[in-house]
Amino acid sequence: MTTKDKYKKVAYYPGCALEGTGHSYNRSTKAVGKKLGLDLVEVKNWNCCGAMEVKNIDPKIQTYLSSRVMSTAANEMDMDVVMAPCNGCYHNLKKAEYDLKNDEESAEVVDRLSKKAGHKTYEAGQVETIHALDWIKDSIGEEGLAARVKNSLSGIKVANYYGCMYTRPRHIFPEKDQGPGSESTSKPHFMDDLLAAAGAENVDFPLKTACCGGAHTLSDSDTSTKLVLNILKAAKLSGADVIATECPTCHSGLEMHQIRAEKTLGEKVDIKILYFTQLLGMALGLSPRKVGVHENINDSIAFLKEKGLG
Amino acid sequence: MPIHEKSLIRPENLQTHDELILDGVDVSGHWSTFIETRVVKDYNESLEEEIAALPGGEQIHRCWQCGSCTNSCTVNALNPDFNPRYWIYLIRMGMESELLRDKDIIWQCVSCNKCTYACPRDVFPEGVMKATSHWLELKGHTPKSPSMHFDEVFTEQIVKTGKIEESRTIRRFFARTGQGLMQPWMIEMVKRMLRGLPVGLLARMGLATFVAPKTNDWSKASAAIQEYIDEQHEKQAQALTLAELVETAKQDVAA
Ligand code: SF4
Ligand code: SF4
Ligand code: SF4
Ligand code: SF4
Repeated sequence: MTTKDKYKKVAYYPGCALEGTGHSYNRSTKAVGKKLGLDLVEVKNWNCCGAMEVKNIDPKIQTYLSSRVMSTAANEMDMDVVMAPCNGCYHNLKKAEYDLKNDEESAEVVDRLSKKAGHKTYEAGQVETIHALDWIKDSIGEEGLAARVKNSLSGIKVANYYGCMYTRPRHIFPEKDQGPGSESTSKPHFMDDLLAAAGAENVDFPLKTACCGGAHTLSDSDTSTKLVLNILKAAKLSGADVIATECPTCHSGLEMHQIRAEKTLGEKVDIKILYFTQLLGMALGLSPRKVGVHENINDSIAFLKEKGLG
Repeated sequence: MPIHEKSLIRPENLQTHDELILDGVDVSGHWSTFIETRVVKDYNESLEEEIAALPGGEQIHRCWQCGSCTNSCTVNALNPDFNPRYWIYLIRMGMESELLRDKDIIWQCVSCNKCTYACPRDVFPEGVMKATSHWLELKGHTPKSPSMHFDEVFTEQIVKTGKIEESRTIRRFFARTGQGLMQPWMIEMVKRMLRGLPVGLLARMGLATFVAPKTNDWSKASAAIQEYIDEQHEKQAQALTLAELVETAKQDVAA
């Protein structure tokens, strides 16, 4: 089976954020999948992967939480691929995979906890974890996507923002940086590739993998606001109308601190923030409502209308 | 980009005489600058081991002080006093009192892992930052940071239910850190959210504050995780020679 076929039916791990603030990402991911004929089977009775917080209490608990999700996909649903659209979830599952393969102590703790919890222990290698970007890029590809575009995104200038967790630390992503066709950890381009195939004009954006301070979005809000402001301003300076996101935490961090910068620092940066799946969905002919544009905090409806997508 | 270096000479330890003539030579102003002698005696020889005993700190011994972590650091760009390379140096030298001068900012690491990406020695400086802020709290040098409160509220909810419901987590966090939820920017954000949200979703969000989402059959997993956390805490306390303290506290509670 080629990669393409293997990704046509995957176990879908939305994660907690997609059931809350990232609701429109969940909606648009599913809508795009449906439109492209890709099958998403939600992981049964999933649990939180631990986000960025649990590892600070104990990293091995985080490994266990992520392993339980993969164990369900592999052992109870007989799936080979888990797709996670959230950078946090994607990162944690990858990290768990790495630790279980390379650290005996982690494997031992996970085994002990799994037995006590009453489910099969996940063994490294049982599933492959991918991001929503890999999912579309490798199953449909740019050409396949371009052939299905109904409303080109032409005339929309996009800064693609990948955040921290999609590429760092690189040792947990052994498939990246493997030459042509693979993703780059220093200059990721999968989102750029997909949106370009849908007609968008990607700008040269230097802060693709900058950090928005998401870890302290509430506990050290001033730092986060400054970091987000840098990102918004750099995108604007690069000539972008829209920042495309691929993570609910990055996305809501940008939206939240765009407002906070306005309210606490008096700095207003007028730039739209949309999930890449929302942009792709509209390019494929879905209405802004179908991809949840009205559920975003930042209002881009008028802008999209003007660009012929509303 | 230059390596951001940190001067080991503090401005308050530099002395100059505005007017000074020595052996007939005028050395007024900066010509007479000298550094006050300073002798460090209060080494904590086990500081490195203590940090290494906490999650994230395990590889601190590998550091060869190249400075790549500090050079790539997100927070260093905002605050030059935030210097992972320097702190690792102090820890390895056992210079606890020097480290404590920066105790109130170490927790501000945003876990972006730029340092981990840049480090040529796999020290995992991000982990070392976490271990160090943890150590500061365990030793009582700093109160629990807002970030630690957040991690705890978050983890408690997962251990209990298997899932996170954001508005609940946020409310608990604000309550625990004694902050008001009604901050102007929060209100503005919610206003903008309400503008676009369909009634159905609002109802669901409202509902979620009463019926938290949860993973079914979670109780056994929950118990196993809690047991493990307790076990680890005990181990860490021992490594930091805090065991006695814990015992005393336990007896205190019992009495
Ligand atoms: S880590 Fe984040 S997104 Fe992943 S399941 Fe937990 S809260 Fe949800
Ligand atoms: S950019 Fe922000 S939210 Fe996104 S992964 Fe980094 S810290 Fe997290
Ligand atoms: S993880 Fe922390 S120490 Fe490392 S670069 Fe980011 S902010 Fe700096
Ligand atoms: S990058 Fe690594 S080796 Fe270099 S100073 Fe930082 S921790 Fe030490």
